[in-house]
Amino acid sequence: MYSFDYQKAGSVADAAKAATGEAKLVAGGMTLIPTLKLRLAQPSKLVDLGGIRDLVGIKAEGGGVTIGAMTTHAAVAKSADVKKAIPALAVLAEGIGDPAVRNRGTIGGSVANNDPAADYPAACVALGATIVTSKRKIAADDFFKGLFETALEAGEVITAVSFPAPEKANYQKFRNPASRYALVGVFVAKTKGGVRVAVTGAGEGGVFRKKSFEAALSKSFDAGALDAVKVDAKGLNSDIHASADYRAHLIKVMAKRAVQAAR
Amino acid sequence: MPTTVSMTVNGKKVSGSVEPRTLLVQFIRETLGLTGTHVGCDTSQCGTCVVHVDGKSVKSCTMLAVQAEGSDVLTIEGLAKDGKLHPMQEAFREHHGLQCGFCTPGMVMSAVDLVKNNKNPSEHEIRDWLEGNLCRCTGYHNIVKAIAAGAKAMA
Repeated sequence: MYSFDYQKAGSVADAAKAATGEAKLVAGGMTLIPTLKLRLAQPSKLVDLGGIRDLVGIKAEGGGVTIGAMTTHAAVAKSADVKKAIPALAVLAEGIGDPAVRNRGTIGGSVANNDPAADYPAACVALGATIVTSKRKIAADDFFKGLFETALEAGEVITAVSFPAPEKANYQKFRNPASRYALVGVFVAKTKGGVRVAVTGAGEGGVFRKKSFEAALSKSFDAGALDAVKVDAKGLNSDIHASADYRAHLIKVMAKRAVQAAR
Repeated sequence: MPTTVSMTVNGKKVSGSVEPRTLLVQFIRETLGLTGTHVGCDTSQCGTCVVHVDGKSVKSCTMLAVQAEGSDVLTIEGLAKDGKLHPMQEAFREHHGLQCGFCTPGMVMSAVDLVKNNKNPSEHEIRDWLEGNLCRCTGYHNIVKAIAAGAKAMA
């Protein structure tokens, strides 16, 4: 690791003030610390959100849940409120990394990092979540901007993510056999406003909505409704793990499984 | 710039001078001399560095020492009491849950955390929990047996 300064923020306002220039916020650090160890980043300072109690916790609100940014994956997976309102979200959290990673990794960190193969971005987009920051509220559709890019501005700190409850939802992930990241992950949500389908792991630009699936499933929420819908491999990742064509195929397979398993 | 970090490790208050970039595992091994916690992959995958921080299993190679300021840390050295092995350590010995032993400290620490969360884990749940602990010798079979027995002994 290159050397850096370290500051433990006492409040969100503190963190926002400190996170300017080459400084970087650290939440659970499950991505950032390995990145630093590989010398892929060289921040001047790490501003640690780990001491801000207000950012931890899960509230059941209006049928949905609001999850504090520093809430760990393990806490989301175990939460009775999450299991009741959006069981698919609890299952998704349980499927991230391994137990020790889930004990440190946070929803805010995952969302801010916007890894193109991360799980949470798919849940946020499919469920129509709202990302709450120190400055504003951002709809998930407007938040994820591309590979590791988000709508966050300098000095803007995620404080919570709000998920409205769907009628039913499910997340299916085809794991990379080595890293266990999503080779393709598909989150399907039947909401009051229609069906939303978000795909992670597959797109060159990170998470995206699969509008053709949404249209077909809005007419008939049945796996068979996707049979006739073609998935174009254009814009999908091709790497040593899977070709774009293979990923295109998996998108439909995972989506159909998600529809069948949705509850 | 060096800074002082203080925490409780295995019930004892400790402190030391670290850089912000010093990993928790470096502090444990190099500053405190507790070398039971291992570094295998250094990329947060193998789990040989698992310790408990405030009662939860974490990978100490993926946490800064300064992030553990004020925390309660338990390492493999803190499990045995009065010269007597912890029931999980005893189960690993009894069921031959190791060959070279390199992964064992992490396996045992993960196993103890599993049993805290799930008193009577099934074979499937044990294997699932070991997602982040790699063993390159035994093929896991005896480790799983040891953890099942250790869970019973801890009850």
